[in-house]
Amino acid sequence: MNKNKTLLDIIGPSMIGPSSSHTAGACRIGLMAGRIFGCNIEKVEFTLYNSFAKTGFGHGTELALLGGVMGFYPDNPLIKNAINIAKDKKIDFKFTHKEDVNIHPNGVDIEFGAENKKVSVSGSSLGAGEICINKINGYKFDLRGDYVTLVLIYKDAPGVVYRVANLIQNQNVNIASMHCDRNAKGQVASMGIALDNEVSEYTMQKLSEINDMYFIRKLEKIA
Amino acid sequence: MNIKTFEELLQAIDEIHESSLKKEGVETEIYAFIQIREAEFLEISVAEFRSRVLNILNTMKEAVSNGLNSNELSKSGLSGENTGIVKNALEEMECGYLQKATNGNEFNIKEGRFSTLSSVQKKLMLYTFSIIEENARMGKIAACPTAGSCGIVPGVLYALSEELNLDNEKLINALITAGTIGEIVSYKMALAGAVAGCQAECGVGAAMAAGAACYIMGGSNEQILNAAALSLKNILGLTCDPVAGLVEVPCVKRNIFMGMHALTAAELSLFGVKSKIPIDDIVDAMKETGDLMSNRLKESSEAGLAKTKSGIFIESMLKERFRQA
Repeated sequence: MNKNKTLLDIIGPSMIGPSSSHTAGACRIGLMAGRIFGCNIEKVEFTLYNSFAKTGFGHGTELALLGGVMGFYPDNPLIKNAINIAKDKKIDFKFTHKEDVNIHPNGVDIEFGAENKKVSVSGSSLGAGEICINKINGYKFDLRGDYVTLVLIYKDAPGVVYRVANLIQNQNVNIASMHCDRNAKGQVASMGIALDNEVSEYTMQKLSEINDMYFIRKLEKIA
Repeated sequence: MNIKTFEELLQAIDEIHESSLKKEGVETEIYAFIQIREAEFLEISVAEFRSRVLNILNTMKEAVSNGLNSNELSKSGLSGENTGIVKNALEEMECGYLQKATNGNEFNIKEGRFSTLSSVQKKLMLYTFSIIEENARMGKIAACPTAGSCGIVPGVLYALSEELNLDNEKLINALITAGTIGEIVSYKMALAGAVAGCQAECGVGAAMAAGAACYIMGGSNEQILNAAALSLKNILGLTCDPVAGLVEVPCVKRNIFMGMHALTAAELSLFGVKSKIPIDDIVDAMKETGDLMSNRLKESSEAGLAKTKSGIFIESMLKERFRQA
């Protein structure tokens, strides 16, 4: 259970129905994914797994995912018209449905962009509107949307974690949690850092100047 | 909030030191105590906390009025018509209605039929349907405590509000009281059908509503928690077996039954009927019952109503329709 829960989360939050996991949670995954992509969306493909695939239509899961990537929050009534709005915006979207026992019952893969500039995000809806982003471009993450979060993908090398932490420390921002992973020694590594406060544009600039930093995003909290 | 059981809640209220809360010979009400704790936790003022509760109340109010004015069916077509059915039936009962005479074009007034319902109960049925059906058709609601149980607390609140002309301040107090009950239960178990079946969703919603109704009708703190206890105790074992995995059958109608159940609990508590098992123990029992419940009956739609002959038929019919859409 989320330790940040309050009474307001019990009597709320406001959301578009009908399901906190299949509608509000799906919207939050889309919202996070859209921010991770961080660019104007021309093309997006969603692969819905298991329960998302089986019961998604009745729960408006596809509408919520699509609305989410367009920046709609879970309480935005426009979610219901997400398909038409996406068409108006000339977004090329596609939904695929799959069964895979190795993937979370409420799992989804979202792939943005054209051939040369692809970003893929995998997420799952954990229940009661809570979500987790598990993968970005194939690298493992554990993002919940409940903190300001930095997402970094970079060449694995000694000292990167220190330099990143140092730059954040220089701004006197506290790190709430940190999650690192890599595919193999000396290859590509990923880092997700949950922060207690905002970091400045200057710090973001400095972080992006670290050698072989392939991908960097600052995600606002969505909870 | 650092209060994890109902016993601790009553004890903490007993030991209050804040002079602003302590009045000679008057019991400090649950909401008054909790709003200070919650505001402290969120690092906001009590006024700001109350205004956030008011925002949620406003969402609920909008959901009632949107739902009352809609007869749109949900995407599955399994719900959306009941608000209209109840509304028409109530109008007919209230005013009598015109009916074509069998022997010509004359219209006669037909008397409304006898009903066992009080005015509050009628409103409760109508408003609860309007919210929970608004949820099913992708309208905006407040998940209280979940989306599938979002009609129970506001249905009870708005039925009482209209009957008793309650102002927003009183409704905010009542909603904080309801939230306190849900929050303390949530420290022991997640309020999710997948974890403990419907007892943890609609069941907890009813306990919250029972406490809120009891508060509105003038119950003491003990009576409020006893109302929640009576309510929760009598739904233990409730499974979550939704047809085709959708938040519709049986969820939509269950909200109405749980609202009526909450009123029964509040009334009994005010009569002086006491639960022999205190609420903390009942929550323990609910958790144990949830743990012992088969996963097939916890939101997975693998048994129960979902896998009856008609449940399977509806599921395959919907599968075909969704495939075409």
